[in-house]
Amino acid sequence: MAIEAVIDDGVVKEAKSAGTLFRGFEIILQGRDPRDANRLTQRICGVCSTAHAMASALCLDNAFGLDGKIPDNAKLIRALIFGSDFLQSHILHFYHLAALDYVDAVSVLGELYPFVPRYEGDYRISGQVNAELVNHYIRALDIRRKCHQVLSIFGGKMPHDVGIVPGGVTEKPTEERITNFLWRLNEIREFIDSVYIPDVIVIAKVYGDYFKIGRGCRRTLAYGGFDLPTGELFKTGVVSPDLRLEPFNADNITEDVKHSWYADSGSGKNPAGGQTEPETRKKQAYSFLKSPRYKGDVCEVGPLARLVSNYIQTDAKTKEPIDWLLGQVGVGINALFSVLGRHAARALESKLIADAMVDWLLALKPGEPTIIDCEIPESSEGVGLTEAPRGSVGHWINIKDRKISRYQVISPTSWNASPKDDKGQPGALEQAMIGTKVKDKDNPFELVRIVRSFDPCLACSVHLLDARGIRSGAFKVV
Amino acid sequence: MVGQTQKRAEKKIGTKKYSVVWLQGAGCTGCSVSVLNAASPRIQNLVLDEVVPGQQLNLMFHATIMAGQGGPVIEVLKDTEKNAKGGYILVLEGAIPTAEGGVYGSIGERDGRHLTIQQSVEELGKNAMLTIALGTCAAYGGIPAARPNPTGCKGVKAFFDEKKIGTSVVNIPGCPVHPDWFVGTISVILFSGVEALDLDQLGRPKLFYGKLIHENCPRRADFDKGKFAQKLGDAGCLYKLGCRGHYTYADCPLRQWNNGVNWCVKAGSPCIGCVEPEFPDGTSPVYQKITFEDLRCLQK
Repeated sequence: MAIEAVIDDGVVKEAKSAGTLFRGFEIILQGRDPRDANRLTQRICGVCSTAHAMASALCLDNAFGLDGKIPDNAKLIRALIFGSDFLQSHILHFYHLAALDYVDAVSVLGELYPFVPRYEGDYRISGQVNAELVNHYIRALDIRRKCHQVLSIFGGKMPHDVGIVPGGVTEKPTEERITNFLWRLNEIREFIDSVYIPDVIVIAKVYGDYFKIGRGCRRTLAYGGFDLPTGELFKTGVVSPDLRLEPFNADNITEDVKHSWYADSGSGKNPAGGQTEPETRKKQAYSFLKSPRYKGDVCEVGPLARLVSNYIQTDAKTKEPIDWLLGQVGVGINALFSVLGRHAARALESKLIADAMVDWLLALKPGEPTIIDCEIPESSEGVGLTEAPRGSVGHWINIKDRKISRYQVISPTSWNASPKDDKGQPGALEQAMIGTKVKDKDNPFELVRIVRSFDPCLACSVHLLDARGIRSGAFKVV
Repeated sequence: MVGQTQKRAEKKIGTKKYSVVWLQGAGCTGCSVSVLNAASPRIQNLVLDEVVPGQQLNLMFHATIMAGQGGPVIEVLKDTEKNAKGGYILVLEGAIPTAEGGVYGSIGERDGRHLTIQQSVEELGKNAMLTIALGTCAAYGGIPAARPNPTGCKGVKAFFDEKKIGTSVVNIPGCPVHPDWFVGTISVILFSGVEALDLDQLGRPKLFYGKLIHENCPRRADFDKGKFAQKLGDAGCLYKLGCRGHYTYADCPLRQWNNGVNWCVKAGSPCIGCVEPEFPDGTSPVYQKITFEDLRCLQK
């Protein structure tokens, strides 16, 4: 990914977010066995492959006519696999992709690769507290690895699990596996409660100004996710900037391509009839990401969007911890729309999921079904919508002659890091950067921190230009 | 613990360091994430400590885990290529998009222009002491190179041959790679040198890719008895559900995944042949039973 920001008088006037890699999954999938989408689409992203395993399985369940028939054990095991990956992804993101913007690793570990080169001038934590945080950075490497270990009890392996398949799951819940899972999970829960959440609060107290930086478009979208026998953990909802809940209908999603390297004939389509036709010589284009919009509006997706949706639908398990955390750092609900708000939402969501996983685990019924047989229909279509660690993810399939005739994916990073749409509205991440004050253009911490708070799934380089278009600095974020 | 870490950092003076530049091409970062799962040594040992006594890696560039940021980081690449000729290991994860001059993948910008994956691999590959093609995409093209290969993706060896780059290539395929296969290969290099690596005809260390999955499969007895799973979730050999263990060379059944917790076939999922050059076109449809014809083609 590449970010280009134009700075005038110390303020970002314009920002461009660009996807710089195209592999063409939608094209590669055409003509294949529909079930293979469940394996191949996981390879879209090795950090959250379970998200594509889930979205593709839901999409195929839907296309194969299996909605409402998936056994409870299968729903629970899918959620346990998926939940483990959420925990892995959130812990990896906070400690290993974002924390070094706030925590001074060099003062503890020395001037070593890969901790240098880096930008200087805004490391505000020192001494024992900083040293503790660096310790946690290292300990978190072990914890995130253990998240993958617990995942593979039912998922088979990770990255790219094999357990989530159309119709259910391949593994069986046994008493031995449930107990094994529980105790591995307990260690991770303990880390979230006693290390991860307190660390986010430590950083939030010192970098409080980041509750005001990177507000973004304020309109959030959550497809909803974790489809359990007892209902969904994350509630579906579009939330307007004045915090009103609007109903969601997938037909209202369209993807613009005016500023993307795709043929304009595909612009403005709903993904059920979408197309992916690269056109790399387009003049005004600057990204391989399309611009997904909901009723034409820009939306932010991710942990923040999910918690806001749950919060205003007064889900007690979400509301209480949010109010508690906001009280700890002394800010109101609107402060969540910010760099630190996104990190806080990610941490609280980790706790919400990890604690719920215990209930899911104990609801498993050894000996009862985990999968139902499926048959590929002659022709059909399907949609699979769920929530990935980074935000809403959707898969759309058309089947003809028992083969894939069309497959479309909208990843969370497409929502968040999209380029301008056909109307010229900048994407969510672009909007979060525009208007930001950059104190030192040679050390543009503000922009790195904004970009990383969205947890984009692509390695990203950022370039600064002054108002006359002259390059004044370049930096990379992940 | 910090005290220990500091001590480790100081101890490194006088240690032989192998510079490593880790590039990400057309891939999914899954191989990086898998290597983060290394259990013994752990990733923090690989990055901070002597992996074997007196020798350690110096991970100069890795897009995902670096603290560093773009401009200076792209300079690291340039400096490595110029100043450390023959003195660094290039690790490539992901395939190399070559269609339309490489426009489908860039890793950053240099001198105001897109720095394509193709260009970086060519520049850094030429002067590397060794190139490790990590994962099936880097080794053989993998999924981005699957039919109809819309971006002209290639694996490292094919790309080097075309560009007449003579640098040795070690393939460590897998989708993703198993962390032990990477760490184990590095151990051989650090202890005994690159020449000690015994590679098969596909450029893979025989240490890890020497035996068929089928040979060591825990469901092998079911195959021998003719007890076959008819649908997913059934007990028995997964041959009729498309298992590729019959022609896939890897030690998954013995080593297992995620520190020995589980692996594909044990979890009831057929092997999809992810370490083989034919993956995924020659190893799919995933759930279609393989035929003698498939085996004959693969035997060449």
